[in-house]
Amino acid sequence: MLEKALVGTKRYWTWVFFLFAVIGIGFITYLQQFKLGLGITGLSRDVSWGLYIGQFTFLVGVAASAVMLVIPYYLHDFKKFGKIVILGEFLAVSAVTMCILFIFVDMGQPMRIMNVMLHPTPNSIMFWDSVVLGGYLVLNIIIGWATLHADKKGVSPAPWVKPLIYLSIPWAVSIHTVTAFLYAGLPGRHFWLSAVMAARFLASAFAGGPALLIILALIVRKFTKFDPGKEPIQAIGKIVTYAMVANVFLLLLEVFTAVYSNIPGHMHPFKYLYLGLEGHGKLVPLMWTSSILAIVSLILLIFPVLRKDENILALACIALFTSLWIDKGFGLVIGGFVPNPFERVMEYWPTLPEALITIGVWAIGFLVLTVLYKVAVSVREETEGVELEH
Amino acid sequence: MSMDRRDFLKLAGLSTVGIGAGWVLSRPGDILEASQFLQTKELLHAKQWAMVVDIRKFKTAEDYKKVIDACHRVHNVPDLGNPKDEVKWIWSDSFEHAFPGQESEYMPQEMKHKQFVLLCNHCENPPCVRVCPTKATFKRKDGITMQDLHRCIGCRYCMAACPFGARSFNYRDPRPFVKEPNAEYPTRMIGVVEKCTFCEERLAKGLMPACVESSNGALIFGDITDLNSEVRKVLADNYTIRRKSELGTRPSVYYILDIPGGDRNA
Repeated sequence: MLEKALVGTKRYWTWVFFLFAVIGIGFITYLQQFKLGLGITGLSRDVSWGLYIGQFTFLVGVAASAVMLVIPYYLHDFKKFGKIVILGEFLAVSAVTMCILFIFVDMGQPMRIMNVMLHPTPNSIMFWDSVVLGGYLVLNIIIGWATLHADKKGVSPAPWVKPLIYLSIPWAVSIHTVTAFLYAGLPGRHFWLSAVMAARFLASAFAGGPALLIILALIVRKFTKFDPGKEPIQAIGKIVTYAMVANVFLLLLEVFTAVYSNIPGHMHPFKYLYLGLEGHGKLVPLMWTSSILAIVSLILLIFPVLRKDENILALACIALFTSLWIDKGFGLVIGGFVPNPFERVMEYWPTLPEALITIGVWAIGFLVLTVLYKVAVSVREETEGVELEH
Repeated sequence: MSMDRRDFLKLAGLSTVGIGAGWVLSRPGDILEASQFLQTKELLHAKQWAMVVDIRKFKTAEDYKKVIDACHRVHNVPDLGNPKDEVKWIWSDSFEHAFPGQESEYMPQEMKHKQFVLLCNHCENPPCVRVCPTKATFKRKDGITMQDLHRCIGCRYCMAACPFGARSFNYRDPRPFVKEPNAEYPTRMIGVVEKCTFCEERLAKGLMPACVESSNGALIFGDITDLNSEVRKVLADNYTIRRKSELGTRPSVYYILDIPGGDRNA
C-alpha cells in the first residue's frame, strides 16, 4: 500500500519537499548539537529539561488520544467513526515517532540510547516509559495497517487484530500515565509532586489530540476526495469539549491547593509562571496567552450553536491546541525547575538552534503523517461508498 | 521447501530480533550493576560514608576556597565561567539558599548570609539512583552514590530528581576548560552527568577525601554506622542539621551550625 504515497499531485509533492527542506535544516542543526553538545540550547544546570522534553510530553498525549476514537468505535459500536478511526491511529504513529525523536535529541550521549534496553532498570520510570511507548508504536502500526489493508480488499480484518485493538485501549492510558509518573514522583519538585498529574495529563491529551484530529480531518476533506463526514467531526467536538472542561478543572485544583495552602514551595512555580518571581517573568505572557486561548476555546465549544458551525469549531480547536501546547509543551516542564533547589530563579529560554531542531522533528512527524494519511485517503477514495466490515 | 521473498524477510526479521534478545539475556552479569569498587589492599571500608561540616571553623573566604580548589583541581573539574554550563562538585552558598524555608527575617544576619559548604549528600535513599534508567548512577556497598560515566546516556533525569542541585551536566566539552589537568584522574566527555564521589579513588588508596584533607579539621569524614568513628562522636556531641531531611532521602552530610551566643548559653 505504501506505493500510494509515491504518486500524488503537484501540491502533494510541493508539501513533501517543503517538509524535507525543514527536516534538512533541523538535521544540520542537530549535527552541530551532536558535535558541540547541549550547550547550544538554552538548557542549564538549573533548568536541565526544556523544549525537547516538553514537546515529548505533549506529544505522548496526542498519541494517547487515538483511544478517544477507538473506544466509541470498537467498544460502543459507534459506526460513524468507522472512516475516521484510521486517521486517529496514524496520528498516534506519527506522534510516537516524534516522541522518540525528541527523547533522542535531548540525550547528552545519544549513541548510548540502547543502554536503556541493555541494562533494563525496573525502578526507573524512564525505562517503563520507553517500554510502553515502543509497544504503543508497534501496536498502532500493526492495527492501522491491518485494518486499512482489509478495507482495501473489502474484507474484515484478520481475527487476531481485534485483541490487539482492545489491548491498545489500556495501553494508550498507560503511556500517558507513565509519562506523568516521570514527573510526579520526584521529591523536591513541588510543581510536579501532584497526585492529579496523570489525570490532568490524560484530560489534556483527550482534548488536544482530538482537537488536532478535527483540524486534520477538515484539511483532508478540503484537499482530497475523502470526506470523513460531518457527524463524526461533531462527535469528536463533544469529546474535545468534555475533556477540555476536565483539564481546566484539574488545573484549577492544582492552583487551589498551591495558593490556599500558602506553602511557599508550592506557590512559587505558579507565581513564576503567571505573575513572575523576584523580577523574572519570561513565561508570564505565554502562560496568559495559554489561559486566554483556553477560555476562548471553551466558550466556542460549550455552546452547541457555535460548535455546530465547522468554521467556529476549527477555530476553537486551533485555540485549544495552541493553549495546551504552551501549557504542557513548555510551562509544565519549566515550572518544575523554577525556582531551583536553592530557591533561586534561573530562567530558561530556547535558543535558535534548539527551535530549529524542534521544528525539524515536527516536520518529520508531519512527513510520517502525510505519507500515512496519503495511503489511507487513497484507499478510502478507492472504496468510496463501500460499507466497512470491522 | 519453497519460500517466497516475503516469507524469507519475515523469518529473517524474526531471527534478528531473537538473536538480539538472546544476546541481551545471556549477559546477566553485565545487566546487574556497573563495576563497584577499585579493589585495592589499602581500600578503606565502611557501610555508609558520611561527612560532618563544622561551619564554625569556616571563617575566611580562604577557608572555603581551599577545600573547593582541592577538590576541583584533583578531579579536573572545568571552570566554564558561566552559571548556565557550570560544573561543580563542591561549592558554597548562603544559609537561606542552602536551607530554604529555614531562614527567618529576624535571625542573626551573619547567620543568614553565612556561607555553607555544599556537595552531594550521598543520600542513604537517593532519588537519583531510583530514577536512572541505565543504573549509570548507583549506590555502592560503602554508601557512596557513584556514577559510571561510560554508561550514562545524558538524559538528566537524575538532575531533575536530586533535591539538592548536586549534579552537573557537561553541556560543553569540558577538557579545554580544565586549567591544570591532573593526569592521575580522568577528564570527562561531553553529554554526561557528574558530581562529587566522596573521593572514591582516594579511599581506594587509604586516603581521606581531598576536601577533608585540606580543611584543617573543619570537615570530618567517617563511617556513620561505626559507633567509634569520629563522625559519630561529633554527631553525638553537637547539634547538627541536614539539608531537606523532610524529603526522606536521608542525606549523609551533616552541618554543625555556628550559633551566635551559643557559648553564652552553654
